Amino acid sequence: MGKDLYMIPKSFEYCAPTNLKEALSLMAKLKEDAKILAGGHSLIPMMKLRVLSPRIIVDINKIKELSYIKVKGKNIHVGALTRHHEIESSDIINKYLPILSDAAKVIGDPQVRNMGTIGGSLAHADPAADYPPITLALNATIKAKSLRGERKIMASKFFLDIFTTTLKPTELLTEVIFPLPSGKSGGAFAKFERKAGDFATVSAAVQIALDERERVKSVGIGLGAAGPKPIKATKAERLMVKKKVDDNLIEKVAERAKEEAEPISDLRGSAEYKKEMIAVYVKRALKKALERAKAM
Amino acid sequence: MREGRDMLKVKSRKKLSEKVAPLQKCSIKVRVNEKDYEAIVEPRLLLVHFLRDVLGLTGTHIGCETSNCGACTVILNGKSVKSCTMFAVQANGSDILTIEGLAKNGKLDPIQEAFWEHHALQCGYCTPGMILSAYALLSRNKNPTEEEIRIGISGNLCRCTGYQNIVKAISSAAEKMRR
Ligand SMILES: Cc1cc2nc3c(=O)[nH]c(=O)nc-3n(C[C@H](O)[C@H](O)[C@H](O)COP(=O)(O)OP(=O)(O)OC[C@H]3O[C@@H](n4cnc5c(N)ncnc54)[C@H](O)[C@@H]3O)c2cc1C
Ligand code: FES
Ligand code: FES
Repeated sequence: MGKDLYMIPKSFEYCAPTNLKEALSLMAKLKEDAKILAGGHSLIPMMKLRVLSPRIIVDINKIKELSYIKVKGKNIHVGALTRHHEIESSDIINKYLPILSDAAKVIGDPQVRNMGTIGGSLAHADPAADYPPITLALNATIKAKSLRGERKIMASKFFLDIFTTTLKPTELLTEVIFPLPSGKSGGAFAKFERKAGDFATVSAAVQIALDERERVKSVGIGLGAAGPKPIKATKAERLMVKKKVDDNLIEKVAERAKEEAEPISDLRGSAEYKKEMIAVYVKRALKKALERAKAM
Repeated sequence: MREGRDMLKVKSRKKLSEKVAPLQKCSIKVRVNEKDYEAIVEPRLLLVHFLRDVLGLTGTHIGCETSNCGACTVILNGKSVKSCTMFAVQANGSDILTIEGLAKNGKLDPIQEAFWEHHALQCGYCTPGMILSAYALLSRNKNPTEEEIRIGISGNLCRCTGYQNIVKAISSAAEKMRR
């Protein structure tokens, strides 16, 4: 390939802080001029296409304190810099949050999973990304820090629009906090993709908790690629509370979730088609979540 | 909030950011195929261009340049990565393995040998990346199933072979390496 054909981003300045304080000071100083570089697997492709041309890149990959998965009290804390591969292969995640490993396993391909991070995926807020609907289903909390302090944001308040979140340019997403499922509970993520490694055509995330009589104690349903931002299917959720789940109810819930979705037609399918698929994938995720809950 | 206020108190705040002040040119040190290199690079230089144009290691191919084909795959600190989706500065301090570093003392690596024996390449364009993805897979899974092999190379596109022989080659390399 001739060099004149290379895809080269616009020039930028680079810095790589080695701890959180340095990073936050830099962000406070540089504000809109700076962009965070985490796994780079959304940012670098956009810079190559010159959709984005930040003046300064703050590479956070050297901040080791941002990479962890740990159980603390009633929550699981995942550091922003935790790679998809680390989530996919974490015993803690596999045991307590199989819904998250379902997703981590099907994000892109092995090379993408070796680099991409959970913080980057959420901050990027691609409507077709896999983690966002899961944060909705699990009622996760997203922690953001700036030099001025820290904010805890409910996932349902975090995503504002296509590629837009409530994060300010001076804020770093540092952690995702997932409530530790307890009792008879289970979750699953179902993704419809055209081919291995593709972004979702549609996806559904369901986390469910049952009481001792196997009635629904609580349920969270998140939909991906179903609108400009990930959608929490709250009406569908409401249909389930305190009910015993049978095929009839599953059918109804899937239909309701479909009504809550507002997908657009694109190269992955027409809006109508995607709506039908949302019903199918909600059903699949729900059945799997139920199976896992009952096995607990 | 308390933590934030503590941070404001950090006296050396200005100094801190000077220490990591943004730079237009960066000096990097990398170890590639067991050889140390030092260079001064523009931050926007992609790792694949650094390997090919600065170090002259043209075995790492550029297929799509859009993070999709895996032809540019190299092993960075033991993990497979797409070198077109990473800046060379990010590799500062890293240990990199490219296809050129796989054969030892003129003897092909068992994966290379298996690709040859099983006719796992036709034009060869995807091969360096394919072999390094196989290398990454076999270094953490000595006995992969066919499905695991297919997942392992799912980030690498081949437009010639139809993958059958690639899967066979990786499976046979795994067997050889276990012996
Ligand atoms: C070939 C390919 C296939 C893919 N397939 C999928 C898929 O199937 N499903 C899926 O969900 N994703 C997919 N992705 C996207 C991938 O998961 C990205 O890794 C992810 O979207 C972004 O994470 P990152 O760490 O790479 O972030 P980066 O690209 O480094 O950053 C993305 C954005 O978030 C900001 N940012 C990053 N970290 C932080 C932080 N801690 N605080 C504040 N802002 C931050 C950056 O400034 C930037 O604007 C794919 C990507 C590629 C290249
Ligand atoms: S050239 Fe890097 S993925 Fe195609
Ligand atoms: S052998 Fe030609 S692309 Fe794979």
